[in-house]
Order: sequence, then C-alpha cells, then structure tokens
Amino acid sequence: MNILVCVKQVPDAKDVRLDPVTNTLAREGVESIMNPFDRHALEEAVAIKEQRGGKVTVITMGPPQAETVLREALACGADEGVLISDRAFAGADTWATSYTLARAVKTLGQFDLILCGKQAIDGDTAQVGPGLACRLRLPFATCVQKTRKISAEAIEVERMMDDGFDVLRLPLPALITVVKDINEPRVASLKGKMKAKKAEIRKLSAADIGASHQCIGLAGSPTQVVRVFSPEPRGDRKIFSGSVAEQVDQLVECLRAHL
Amino acid sequence: MLTIESDKCTACALCETSCAFGAITVQDGCAVVNEFCTLCGACVENCPVEALHIKIVGKRIQSDIEKYSGIMVFAEYRHGAIAPVSYELLGIGRKLADKRGVKLSVLLPGGNVASFADTLIAAGADAVFIAEHQILEQFREDVYSAVLGQVINEQKPEVVLAGATAIGRSVMPYVATALNAGLTADCTGLEIRAKDGILLQTRPAFGGNIMATIECPHTRPQMATVRPKVMAPAMPDPSRKGEIITVLLLEQTLQTKIEVLDSVVCKDDQVNIQEVETLVAGGRGLHSEKGFVLIRELASELGGAVAASRAAVDSGWIPYPHQVGQTGKTVSPKLYIACGISGAVQHAVGMQSAEIVVAINTDSSAPIFNIATYGVVGDLYEVLPQLIKRLQEIKR
Repeated sequence: MNILVCVKQVPDAKDVRLDPVTNTLAREGVESIMNPFDRHALEEAVAIKEQRGGKVTVITMGPPQAETVLREALACGADEGVLISDRAFAGADTWATSYTLARAVKTLGQFDLILCGKQAIDGDTAQVGPGLACRLRLPFATCVQKTRKISAEAIEVERMMDDGFDVLRLPLPALITVVKDINEPRVASLKGKMKAKKAEIRKLSAADIGASHQCIGLAGSPTQVVRVFSPEPRGDRKIFSGSVAEQVDQLVECLRAHL
Repeated sequence: MLTIESDKCTACALCETSCAFGAITVQDGCAVVNEFCTLCGACVENCPVEALHIKIVGKRIQSDIEKYSGIMVFAEYRHGAIAPVSYELLGIGRKLADKRGVKLSVLLPGGNVASFADTLIAAGADAVFIAEHQILEQFREDVYSAVLGQVINEQKPEVVLAGATAIGRSVMPYVATALNAGLTADCTGLEIRAKDGILLQTRPAFGGNIMATIECPHTRPQMATVRPKVMAPAMPDPSRKGEIITVLLLEQTLQTKIEVLDSVVCKDDQVNIQEVETLVAGGRGLHSEKGFVLIRELASELGGAVAASRAAVDSGWIPYPHQVGQTGKTVSPKLYIACGISGAVQHAVGMQSAEIVVAINTDSSAPIFNIATYGVVGDLYEVLPQLIKRLQEIKR
C-alpha cells in the first residue's frame, strides 16, 4: 500500500503568547515542531504500513528549515521525505496550499491513501485536507477518530461528528484527516533517528511540480489579510478572596445578572 | 514579497515584536526579513512609518464578479433537527443582506426537510432552497459538497456562510476549492465594507492571540465558516414572507463514493460542547474521574454541558469529544467555568473567546486567572458543592 502523509512545521504554541505590557506577540525562543495532528496522521500511516506492507511518503510545503519535520517523520517510521519549497510559495492561503500540494502529489505518482492532520495549530483552518481531496478528485472524510478496517480496495473509518460519530466506507484511493483520538504516536527509536539523519530528502521547487505562478503563494491566494490586531482585552476582572463560602457568595452575586 | 524602505525605517523594532514567525529583525539600523516570512502582513500593519510593503504581482482575478449577488446560508439538518448555528447564520446574514440591499437565501439539504422552510423564513430568510433526496438523509462529504456547488453555480450568491461545525468545515473547503473561491475559517466577526460592499471577515489567529481581518476582493462567492454561539439569531417572526424553491438536483450531483454504514448519536447529552451557552470544564486538578460527577452536577444545574482539558482526557477520565483546546475543540459559550484547569495556552486558545470565564483553582498564580472574568481561589471539591447549593437556593 502506497501511503502519503502531509505534514506542516508550526511554531510551538506554548511559546507564542501575547506580551501583556506591549500587547504584542512574545516569541522569544519559539521552537518549531511538527503540527500535533500530523503526528497522529503519520502514526496511522506507519501502523497501516506495518499491517499491510507498503511505503509511507511524507511531504511538507515550507521553508528549507521544514526539512526538520521530514527527518522527524522518517525517524518515526516513514520511508521517504519530500520538501516542497520555493520562495514563490510564501504567503499561500489554503487554496494556494492545496493547489501546491496537489501538484506535488501528481509529480510523485499514485497513492492509495492520503492522510492529513485535521488542522494545523497555527492557522486552525482545517481547509487544506478537503481542498486537496477536491483537487485530486478523491473521496474523503475529515476528523477520523478510528480506522476500523482497511483492505486493498477500501477503508472503513469512524468519523467524528458534533453529536457522535459516523461509520464510513471509502473506496481507495481516498483521503482522510485525523484527530488525536485515533492513536498514540510512537517516540522515534534510536535506530530510526540514525536512519533519518542520513536519509536523502527530495526537494521540489515550483518549477519541478509544474506550478502555475498565478496559483501559488500570495498571488494565487483568493484571501487577503486586510488587518492584524490584538483582541480586546477582557473587561474588569475580579479575583475573589476570603473563605470558600465568602468567595462563592461573591461569585453567585456576580453571575446572577447573567443567569 | 515584503519590501523594506531602508530610508524610512527607524529601527524601532515594532515589526520584530509584531511578527509571530521571527521572520523580521532589526540589524545595523534597518529591518531585515528572512525566509520564515509568510507575508501575513502583521509587520506592515504595525510599522509606524510605513516603511514596509507587501507587493503582489500577477493576482488571479475572476472576470464575472458583478454577476454575483445576494447572501446565502448553508443550513445544517441532522437527526431530525436544524443545527442552532443555522439560525445564528441567518441572524448575521440578515444584517449583511440589509446593509448590502440584497436578498438572503438559505440552502437546506436533507432527506425530508421541506417542513422546516417556514421556520427558516421566520428566522430571516427571503428564499429557502430545499434540496431533498433520500441520499441526503445522511451526511456524505461528496454529495453535500456537490449540492452546495450546484446551487452556488445556479444562484451565484456573492457571499456564502456556513457553520464552523464538523459538516461546515468539511463541505466549505471542498466547494471553495472547486469554485476557485476564497474561504475564511471560523470567523467571529463579519461586516460589509461600505465603500465597495466587500465582506470583511474577522477571525482569531494564533489561537486567539491576534485577530486577523480577511477579504476576498477578486473572487466570488466570498465564503466563510462562522463559529457557533458567536452570532445572535434573529427573533423569529412567523409573519415574514418568503419564497420556497425546490432544487432540481442533477444526476451528477447525487453521485457518491461514500457508504455510510452507521450513524451513532452519542448518548451522553452533554457532548455537543460547541452549541451550548454554558460549559463547566474539569482539568488535572480533579485528581480523578470522580471529579466529573461534581462537574456534571454543576453543568446540569446551569443547563450546560461538560468540557475538559487535555490532561483530563489523556488521563481517561472523560472521552475526547469533550476536550477543549488546541488539539480539541474551540468553544465560545456565554459562560465557561474552568475547574482545576491551570490555563496553559493550549487550553486557553480553545476557550478564551467565551464571554465570561470563571476560574476555580487552588493555585492563585495559575495562568487561568489571567484570562478569567471571575476567579475563586480554593479547592474545587469544597467550592463546587457550595456553588451548586447556592444556585439551587436561588432557583427556589
């Protein structure tokens, strides 16, 4: 089974915070990590490969430094890493990103199954997975919480809904996006890390994937940022003091107006 | 690309602090951009001397923009009911349509949904498009996307809104991609810009640490998913008149590759945490799953639902659908009561747009108190029973 996983390098959110004094983003020592949902997509791909045989290819679109997440994926069981990188990709919104990824996938060949994380924690859009499915004309399911069965022809999954879950069967090739409940990602083994360190990372530019300049980066993005600003701070805050009973009284008094 | 006018730059470094990617730094008296730049524009916005500019060359422009008119809402029906967010979308949709002087329509796909048309008109719609077919009784990504795509192609609305729900966040990106339209996810603010009638879409970015306003000037429709519980539904007016249109679904629209084997509704009625007014959440400070007995009791006392931090979910005290935060759900209730939750940023990003946040924690230095409207410093096992008792007294 030929499996593809799309991953993204994101800033570690625990480091990104608003400086309460200057009201700007404090980002000293912000580390880049593999998007947490993508770790689960990778784990699922590797688990399916271990069960059914085949190959796991991992791709990422990003700056040259994004190579780090590909090596991390290789250390955790992926077989090949492909970096899609070009200055011309900068400023891409989800429309342009799904275009770029789709071009790259077509360049790489045929896949039986494509896995993505449900969303990236920096943008939180959850749009690239469905967008990629559209461009590749694949049946898809988002927010998959469990793979029930997989054969050469089809995959049976539980898809999280707001009020429960649906059980779906998709013919392969198909695309799914996963939530964190689907599995527990493994920690890279020492052997895996050694292998990853030496592995060759294939690099693809805009020209390599035959991308049209009108469809990539900022120029290819239908959405445009007009303004970026700090959210309004929460109004008056009250931290109560005194005994528990006194505090509860104060809280109930404050909440009364809202109940 | 980002261009920097070195003669204007005063090396004030405001761009440095405004960049979330560490992509711009001041070196030798002038700002310098590196390869981490994503062209998000935050620095351009913050530069006090207008030394920074983003140039776009060769923008793709759709030629028939003027042919698009009207606001359309994609309504959701599931297991016998319309999702509450659909009424909220009609509430904001009505305002946008009035501002624009255009019609507000709503598309309702489902197995047997025609009877809901009057309710949707009463909630503000001028026209209801009913897409009925047996295959639509269950949600299938491909057919639902095809239905929305067909209706947009036929009606050409300038704006399409859907809920930022499991269904909306699946269907909208597929359709936006197919139509080459721009889509903004999880909006918390929508308005029409007076000068050109363009939809301004505001959403939290970086987990709510910054807000971004987004426009789609060159493509139609302008598409957005809207976070549940943020917009207010209009007061239903049964005397409103509107048109009911049955969509003639094309054969190709009804093709599906997806087989729905089962549709399981969670018996736990406190699970749909994105659609309730009040959430009571438990975290590590509960120390065991028994704590959720108290959490549930308070939630039902307040008519709300139960949420949890990642720590509580990972400990196996409560299932994943209840998890709020970066790797869980994002919620915007009127009231969020965080019990024994420290308030790490991974949790905060999922709940800080709640209107009122109450924090109950033994540690007065916990970060949750920085984002709380009201804070109670104490042991939740003492606080909650007393709080429940006081609320019951008030009810009587």
